[in-house]
Amino acid sequence: MALDAGLVGRSYPPSAVYEVGREKIAEFATALGDADPVYRDTAAARAAGHPDVIAPPTFAIVLSLGAGNVVVSDPEVGIDYSRVVHGEQRFTHHRPIRAGDRLVATATIDAVRTVAGNDMLTTRVDLATTDGEPVCTTHSMLVARGTA
Amino acid sequence: MSPRPVDVTVGTELPEQVSRVTRADLVRYAGASGDLNVIHWNERVAREVGLPGVIAHGMLTAGLAARAVTAWAGDPGAVVEYSVRFSRPVVVPDDDDGAELTVRGRVAALLDDGRVRVDLTVTSGGEKVLSLARAVVALG
Repeated sequence: MALDAGLVGRSYPPSAVYEVGREKIAEFATALGDADPVYRDTAAARAAGHPDVIAPPTFAIVLSLGAGNVVVSDPEVGIDYSRVVHGEQRFTHHRPIRAGDRLVATATIDAVRTVAGNDMLTTRVDLATTDGEPVCTTHSMLVARGTA
Repeated sequence: MSPRPVDVTVGTELPEQVSRVTRADLVRYAGASGDLNVIHWNERVAREVGLPGVIAHGMLTAGLAARAVTAWAGDPGAVVEYSVRFSRPVVVPDDDDGAELTVRGRVAALLDDGRVRVDLTVTSGGEKVLSLARAVVALG
């Protein structure tokens, strides 16, 4: 079934607060085989001009996945998750995510398209601190194969 | 050591990065990212849904590719934008060698305020696995 164009602009309630832990950042960097000290050592991060250790550029996917699941499981979106693959991903960093950040994720449906029988759903997730400082914006495009 | 903006021009190439992705890397990334999709660790289920075998998380491939940019930039915080399109799955065999991933990059455009656009070519076994893989890096 083709996605309803009326879904564009639909926004979801903000997520629970996610506190960025330094061990989580280190774990994520290790999973990428990245030994850069700026992800682990506060002194190295400060030498690079950051207040504390920062996260790799793709770390925001951890929060973006959770917020995006809210959209995918919306019955009014009606996407068949078993047929979904990740089509595209974009990160726009307003500043690096860092240890100690208390972040809230807000998901919005940015675009829906149907091309050659495949439904495509683009979700924007805005990550901001609990004080309202924008930190990162992610765009995820999911493709539901052959469902339209 | 970060590249100085004055030394960077359109066509400047990043050092090539070759890495390997094994099943153990997939398990580690699943835990770190929270993406527990079964197709990244269960051969039976991967085949049932029509894949040739267990495949790497697209975001693991994208994260490894981004490493080539952060290493070149010197400060990972200099990567202000990063985008990828997942064009082909990386099949990870059940052996000690895993799949090979090669990342090449070149500066494709000089933007305002000392920022540059880097275009990446990311291949596994000679096939492109990401397309339109691009980063915007704030130099200096």
